[in-house]
Amino acid sequence: MSAVDQKEEQANSQVWAAVRTILRVMFPIALALLAGALLLMVLGKDPLAYYGYVVKRGLLSPTGLQASITRMAPLLLIAAGLIVAFRTGLWNLGVDGQFLLAAVCVAALAPVLINAQVPAPVMILLCFLVSAAIGAAWSVVPAFLKAKHGINEIISTLMMSFLGVSFANVLIKIPFNDPTTTVPQTATLSVADRLGRLGDTTIHWGIILAVGVVVAVHLMMKRTSLGLKLQIAGSNPRAAVHAGLNMKGLTYCAFAISAGLAGLAGAVDLLGVHGTIRADWNPAYGILVIPLVFLARFNGFAVIAFVFFFAVLMIGGESAARRLGVPSFFVLVLVALLMLFFAVTEFLDHQRRKKGEE
Amino acid sequence: MEVESAPKSDSVISLSGITKRFPGVLANDQISLDFQPGEIHALLGENGAGKSTLIGILSGMQQPDSGSIRIKGTQVRINSPKSALTLGIGTVYQHVLLIPSLTVLENLMLGAPWWRACDNAGTKKRFEELCALLATELDPDVPVGRLSLGQQQQVEIIRALWHGQLALILDEPTSMLTPQGVRELGGVIRRLRDHGVAIIFITHKLKEAYELSDRVSVLRLGKVVGQLTPEQLGQMSEHEVTDAVIGMMFGLESAEPDLEETLVGDSSLSHDIVQKCHDGSPLLQLQSGSTNGKIGECPLIGADLSIWPGEVMGIAGVDGNGQKHLAEVLAGQRPLAGGSLVLDGQEIGKTDLIERRKLGVRYITDERLGEGTANNHSVATNLVLKEIGQSPFWKWGLTQNAVIRRFADEKIMEHDIRTPSAQTPIGRLSGGNIQKVLLAREEAPDAKLVIFNKPTYGLDLQNTIRAREWIRQGAGAHSAALVVISNELEELREVSHRIAVMSQGRIVGVVENNPTADTEIGRLMTGMDAA
Amino acid sequence: MGGLFTDAFIGSLIFGAITAGIPLLLAGLGEQISEKSGVLNIGLEGMMLFGAYAGFSVAYSQDSFLLGFLAGAAAGVATAAIMATLCVIWSMNQIVVGIALTLGAEGLTALLHHFQFSRSYPRLAKSETWSIPGLHELPVVGTALFDRNALVYLAIVLAFVLVWLFNRTQWGLNLQAAGDKPAALDAAGVSVKATRFTSVLITGFLGGLGGAYMSMIGGGLFLPFMTGGAGFIAIVLAMLARGHPLWVLFGALLFGASLSLATALQVAGFNIPTDIIQMLPFAMVILVLVLFARHSYLPPSLGIPYHRGER
Repeated sequence: MSAVDQKEEQANSQVWAAVRTILRVMFPIALALLAGALLLMVLGKDPLAYYGYVVKRGLLSPTGLQASITRMAPLLLIAAGLIVAFRTGLWNLGVDGQFLLAAVCVAALAPVLINAQVPAPVMILLCFLVSAAIGAAWSVVPAFLKAKHGINEIISTLMMSFLGVSFANVLIKIPFNDPTTTVPQTATLSVADRLGRLGDTTIHWGIILAVGVVVAVHLMMKRTSLGLKLQIAGSNPRAAVHAGLNMKGLTYCAFAISAGLAGLAGAVDLLGVHGTIRADWNPAYGILVIPLVFLARFNGFAVIAFVFFFAVLMIGGESAARRLGVPSFFVLVLVALLMLFFAVTEFLDHQRRKKGEE
Repeated sequence: MEVESAPKSDSVISLSGITKRFPGVLANDQISLDFQPGEIHALLGENGAGKSTLIGILSGMQQPDSGSIRIKGTQVRINSPKSALTLGIGTVYQHVLLIPSLTVLENLMLGAPWWRACDNAGTKKRFEELCALLATELDPDVPVGRLSLGQQQQVEIIRALWHGQLALILDEPTSMLTPQGVRELGGVIRRLRDHGVAIIFITHKLKEAYELSDRVSVLRLGKVVGQLTPEQLGQMSEHEVTDAVIGMMFGLESAEPDLEETLVGDSSLSHDIVQKCHDGSPLLQLQSGSTNGKIGECPLIGADLSIWPGEVMGIAGVDGNGQKHLAEVLAGQRPLAGGSLVLDGQEIGKTDLIERRKLGVRYITDERLGEGTANNHSVATNLVLKEIGQSPFWKWGLTQNAVIRRFADEKIMEHDIRTPSAQTPIGRLSGGNIQKVLLAREEAPDAKLVIFNKPTYGLDLQNTIRAREWIRQGAGAHSAALVVISNELEELREVSHRIAVMSQGRIVGVVENNPTADTEIGRLMTGMDAA
Repeated sequence: MGGLFTDAFIGSLIFGAITAGIPLLLAGLGEQISEKSGVLNIGLEGMMLFGAYAGFSVAYSQDSFLLGFLAGAAAGVATAAIMATLCVIWSMNQIVVGIALTLGAEGLTALLHHFQFSRSYPRLAKSETWSIPGLHELPVVGTALFDRNALVYLAIVLAFVLVWLFNRTQWGLNLQAAGDKPAALDAAGVSVKATRFTSVLITGFLGGLGGAYMSMIGGGLFLPFMTGGAGFIAIVLAMLARGHPLWVLFGALLFGASLSLATALQVAGFNIPTDIIQMLPFAMVILVLVLFARHSYLPPSLGIPYHRGER
């Protein structure tokens, strides 16, 4: 075979591999949407109208698209943290507590700084740092239990998450409550004090930070010694010990990055969008982003695509809830279906390949 | 004995045309064999000759692609371990398959219908019957984890015979046993043979096959390439048998001395070992080294070891007598709970693994896949696995891919590592090539201490010879202290200057490697000297 | 001053501890069975939630507690069957599938609740109880302990029955072997996959029953996300109990007590924000983990799919 032929064949096989990858992703999405459609029909709703409305409000209308992109910012930051944790083999399922607690603390801190005449950039920077620190602090106990006693982090992070959510509510209702409002909530930041907008849009610059962080995390995992250490600690813990890697240190480090970014997401969402937090508000972004990071196979760029898809679903779904009377819980069902079908596709693909080898 | 002259038609298990294919390998190719009652039938062959697949088929773990199995003349299908057991075919695997947290009786009860309450009385009765048959004594109420490996194997034999004594398959049964244990096993097997059990005995050790078996069949590349009948065995000397079998195993007219030496472990063929002179201070000195072990591990208890520059110290002993902890303590992978460790005049007991590597400590682990390599990472990454973050492969934490690739390509050339490329995930390589990656990674001209844990375990013959040669030449270092841990005495006799014997976490003696070393080592291993 | 420990407080604390503890007990025993056999069943929360929904809606529409309990258990088994097929037969990641099932259960039951019950919020009548003659009239603790739904007694008896089953039956041995050294069980001629599959189904059965108890007896109504992490607490109980059912019983009652403390305090006239009380059980889990971490035990093969020939 000539060299040219070989190159051509290689290019062909690369194209084929890319097509297969895309099919492997599209197939479960299609199945999940189809199963979702069946469910809608059972509930007496027109699936085409629902999906059409979701696409129209989440993607095609300018305000909807801007809302979707804005929604991506916290989701991407959480996802970036999860990439690090999952690649290190740590199941940080406590993102929601880390997120909410950091957001509440920033909601209390920002007005204090503003009243103290701290310049806006410094105020924002301080808020970001504090939020990351609080998120990370909330992961210290699970990290300790894992590093010291090998306790399964799934359980400990979930417990810390439930604890964090309740604690955040206590903070909102008692020490951080804004006495001027009737419902318990934190003091509201004026629009001028929030993150700046991009041009004429309603999108704040947090999205740029978020995309930057995802890309940075992706490069860190692929191109640096820390990334390689974390990966080996995750995929082959015994090889990591044999190679003299500091497993305890890496466990704390991965937890700190992952939870710190979840905390940062809280600050960005608060300073960029809400400006205040009401009691019992818990968007539960974390538990929704976990499946997406999986579907993207921990790849940063794929995560961006999936998060966008999901943000459109969320924003469109929220509009549809008001307009068509399908509660946004439907999105949860869609994500679950997507995950199950993705797992099934993986399995079938694996079986097929095994047969092919025989 | 009347059974020895049994005609062929009496065969209890008869295989014909058994073929089994795995991706890329023809593991069994038209195998036809007959097993007679009251006969010990040894199956010999190299790694990959198809022995394990054949056992898998007989014990119901695998199904043949074609061919038939007859039991006492009736064709059967053995489609699960359970059906093998009900047919009376019991298997004792190379690795113990008992549940350590359950007692002997509970382990023996496994396999009864799930809705039954445990039948303690009935089980105990059958257990005592079989103990009597084996002429052994075991406490039925002790958790299996507390028994010695030899006792565990006896439990396995009892279990294998539980549902009937048609046939007993033993897969490399001596690899985990002391010389004493091997003798006891031999006694048990002969007793069972005399009770009419067909015994199928898998081994790669010629000596054992000669001593124990009535009939020898040789497998090579999935085919039966020859057989020695009881009549033939009776007429041949050990040397003639060896020649004939080696000829069959490797498809040669007469055996090459190099192969023969490695296979037979004949000490007269050993290279001349010139003892190192012990003037001056030792390069490595471990004094009353102790470790803490988890349940099921054997810790190190007050071990002393001194090795001089350029010396190869063999560590003999049955698996699980503290060798693993010794290796890990020396390498820095496990902390010393007590005692001191001095390398080249410097106390390194508290120094961590990465620092020790910089001081010239190298460790080739026996668990190539479990801990030695990150199997989904590339060959190149695995070659620098112990240097992550260090220059020149990393600069300011950034991976220098070009430097790593160049380094990897060099090592691949130098050590003849057969891999499609440096970027291939290491998990796709054969065991021999993975071992070459480890040897390449731990090669350093200025190394001071190199630890080999079972350096040839699971390797084929060519790679075994290569690895032993590498050790004899000093592992690529100028004058390092070498520690070679192995449970194959022949291997140690071939490469070491001196041999230390470990038993129950202690180093019970060190002997010079000379022609009389074998008896001395055997005595130390069985613990007759320990007290 | 009556102090904190009034009769009303103690009575309501014990009553609440049992009401909140029984679902934890049932689910925790179930999880213990699947963990013993080597399957980490993270989908337990989802199984409880489906059980809670199915139990309530059948009990409400058929006006029968018995049918409600059966439906709850059946819903749990059905969810577990998905989990078992994907994780045990097809060897998929147990954590991913578990999270997906929990998410799906949360979404689906909330959705169904929205369409069926969100306008009327129907409630079930109080269930019939079995009062134990002679005991239920005891002062303070009588009603709380001895005048309860039949399932309460059954669940407690089950813990003792399991002690016997684990230690004295072939099934118990099989479970232990499947989690400790599956290859050994396989070599003994028992199917590892079948052992694990059934144990996951049993987990679903008990989890579903626990969920049904929560909605039918505990609350008398179904609310979205009503299990509120009980499934995960049950997993912790199973982890800390080291394979002993009686420790699950003890832990479940203890957590039940901390969950019911808020009501009991209100009964006693104290007014502490519910959020603080809600933190209690979770804080307790963390505290228990930190204090007793080294005593938690999981079978060596937990979470690892078994394939014959890969040893």
